[in-house]
Amino acid sequence: MLAYVIPLCLMIIGVALVLTMARLIIGPDLPDRILALDTLYINAIAMLVLLGIWLGSDLYFEAALLIAVMGFIGTVAVAKYLLRGDIIE
Amino acid sequence: MDTWIEALVALFLLIGSLFALIGAIGLYRLPDFFMRLHGPTKASTLGVGGMVIASLIYFSFRGEGVSLHELLIALFLFITAPVSAHMLAKAALQQKLRISEQTRGKPWEQ
Repeated sequence: MLAYVIPLCLMIIGVALVLTMARLIIGPDLPDRILALDTLYINAIAMLVLLGIWLGSDLYFEAALLIAVMGFIGTVAVAKYLLRGDIIE
Repeated sequence: MDTWIEALVALFLLIGSLFALIGAIGLYRLPDFFMRLHGPTKASTLGVGGMVIASLIYFSFRGEGVSLHELLIALFLFITAPVSAHMLAKAALQQKLRISEQTRGKPWEQ
């Protein structure tokens, strides 16, 4: 059963990534693009977890955790830059 | 692996990926930024939660003992998603973005 469900889920998340990428390209303002990047890394985490189940490997968990930490820091840094014009005051 | 466990993993995977897709559709279709903020911060985070629960069940029943460390990802995302959404909303208010007719609450004169 999983042999059919996991490629289907990979396809669904691929569609989600394409929609997010379209918003990243057409997004009219800067916060839209930051939000699209934020969604992009969250969907990438979902895809990595899925890939870990598919390949039966525990290693992908560390990559997903690193992406979560770094993505959050990046989003906060860019939003802070937009808000204040400076990252660390 | 037991068929029931496999079915449970498949169910959680489908729920998670469908929520991620719903979040992305919301990000793509909704008319202004303050509506678009709702899709990724709620639906996509829940989607990753479903994926993580599926991964937890799968690796726990593979025969190497209970594996709980996937919960770290879900915990971290559930803590950080509201914080980053708050920062983005504050940045958007600072930039005085265009808002559509249906968005309630007008912090500045259009």
